[in-house]
Amino acid sequence: MEIIYSLMDTLLPFEWLSFDFMKNAFLAILLITPLFGLLSTMVVSNRMAFFSDSLGHGAFTGLAIGAIAGLLSPMSSLVAFSIVFALLITWIKNYSSASTDTIIGVFSSTGIAVGLMIMSYGGGFNKFSGYLIGDVLSITPAEIGALLGVLVLVVVLWGRLFNKLLLLSVNQPFARSRGLNVMLLESVFAVMVAVVVAISIQWVGLLIINSLLVLPGATARNMANSVKQYHALSVGSAMIAGITGLVLAYQFNMAAGATIVFISAMLFFISMVFKAKFVR
Amino acid sequence: MLQRLFRHSKGEGDDCTRLCCTKIEHFTVKVGNLTIFEDVNLHVHCGQLTAVIGPNGAGKSTLLRAIIGEVSHTGHLNYVDAKGKHTGKPIIGYVPQFLKLDVSAPITVLDLFSACLSDRPVWLFPSNKRQQVLDSLKRVRATELIDRRLGALSGGELQRVLLALALNPMPDILLLDEPVSGVDQNGLEIFYDILEELQNSEDMAIILVSHDLNMVARHADQVVLMDKGVICSGTPQEVFSDKRTHKIFGMLTDTNRNYGGTGFVWVEHKSSHPAKCSCPDCNPKEGEP
Repeated sequence: MEIIYSLMDTLLPFEWLSFDFMKNAFLAILLITPLFGLLSTMVVSNRMAFFSDSLGHGAFTGLAIGAIAGLLSPMSSLVAFSIVFALLITWIKNYSSASTDTIIGVFSSTGIAVGLMIMSYGGGFNKFSGYLIGDVLSITPAEIGALLGVLVLVVVLWGRLFNKLLLLSVNQPFARSRGLNVMLLESVFAVMVAVVVAISIQWVGLLIINSLLVLPGATARNMANSVKQYHALSVGSAMIAGITGLVLAYQFNMAAGATIVFISAMLFFISMVFKAKFVR
Repeated sequence: MLQRLFRHSKGEGDDCTRLCCTKIEHFTVKVGNLTIFEDVNLHVHCGQLTAVIGPNGAGKSTLLRAIIGEVSHTGHLNYVDAKGKHTGKPIIGYVPQFLKLDVSAPITVLDLFSACLSDRPVWLFPSNKRQQVLDSLKRVRATELIDRRLGALSGGELQRVLLALALNPMPDILLLDEPVSGVDQNGLEIFYDILEELQNSEDMAIILVSHDLNMVARHADQVVLMDKGVICSGTPQEVFSDKRTHKIFGMLTDTNRNYGGTGFVWVEHKSSHPAKCSCPDCNPKEGEP
């Protein structure tokens, strides 16, 4: 870690990067934003904005259960519960005739209600309120290492699965006719999003985590003409917003997550205005 | 002629042992308590175009989705091919209704083909399938569309691209779900021309769901009228002169007048074996009283 720090001092001799906690936060942003950029392309293409939003709410319950039960660390309980939550939604929406957004709505509100009930038990809600807003400045080197692991895993999976997910997003019966296991693919993707949401919720915050899954893809869609451009622009805009947001948050002493989301939203509006110039 | 004689001498139902054909037997699809269709029996031969017609909600698209396995169903699909290569497990090509396609995403024709044909991640590496894709598109006269975004294609162009995709790998059975709805007259002619070429050159069985009765009358070898089950099936003449067809579609245009005078055979489904005795090829009309 010391080597990385000194490397950053040499390469990026900025005032805002002089503190170790800013270096950590900067590294974390460099790892988190590409993750969200990648997943965002498919979240937007599959119209899953509401689904990813509900995952955040499910994570909230996971967090509460972990903290109360005390059997597991909050993190493992969070990840485990988010995966179960994501799989439940995916399976039920496939086997039920009710519309998808109704089912997600039901799960989403159940998730947040159960989470709030457990957390407020005995009046101890305050110690959880940090998860609502998130704090990327408190990230530790060990956690950065874990983020790196998740990034590598997601990139590898994305390399293996993306083509199939693309067919699925174009038309489901068509994907089926090419012999794809639709249910399995949907489940794997849901689990990927769930894990990424679960591990990054404490840095980004429940209230705004979904924006990071929607805005980069939405911005890129306004400008891209092919799948490669779509990915490059999505990851690129997520990273630009991440770094700019972090610097601004430091300069003006604001919540980093919210500032990053604000910059993302600005990028989206700019891309929307110039859409006609980009899209053939 | 020889084929005809040969089939004549065979016992009923044995014709499948010689020529490639597909039998859809007792297909029933239920969603909850709602029966979409029940006891559908179809008999489809290679080199033939079978058109499925019927009112909205008759279960036509669902039938195709049951064949590809997207909708759970009872009954089974029995496929026998001439060379014994894919017997039992045919390669099925499927062209979805293009109106149900999400074309707003930034995907080029080449992206879509590459995603279908290889595992090489489309988002990361340049495609190595360009030549193969051009060859595929040539078959549907669409080579110039390779780098276009799906959303920038017209209905007819998109439909041809999807057809090219369904033909790679070359299927034994080709399923087309309202392939030309919303396509202009010019696109329509090109599309049916291509289908005709395929029938002649590739000897595949084509099942087409369509609302365009004029085109069906001109191009189909077999027509199946569906409304929650098979109502009747036979040659276009037979089906279009059937009074139940008239009842379901109301006034038929030219087709009605053209075929109105010909003799027709229609079959009660359930009471007998509609797929067999109403299929003109299996049981030629000459043999009937």
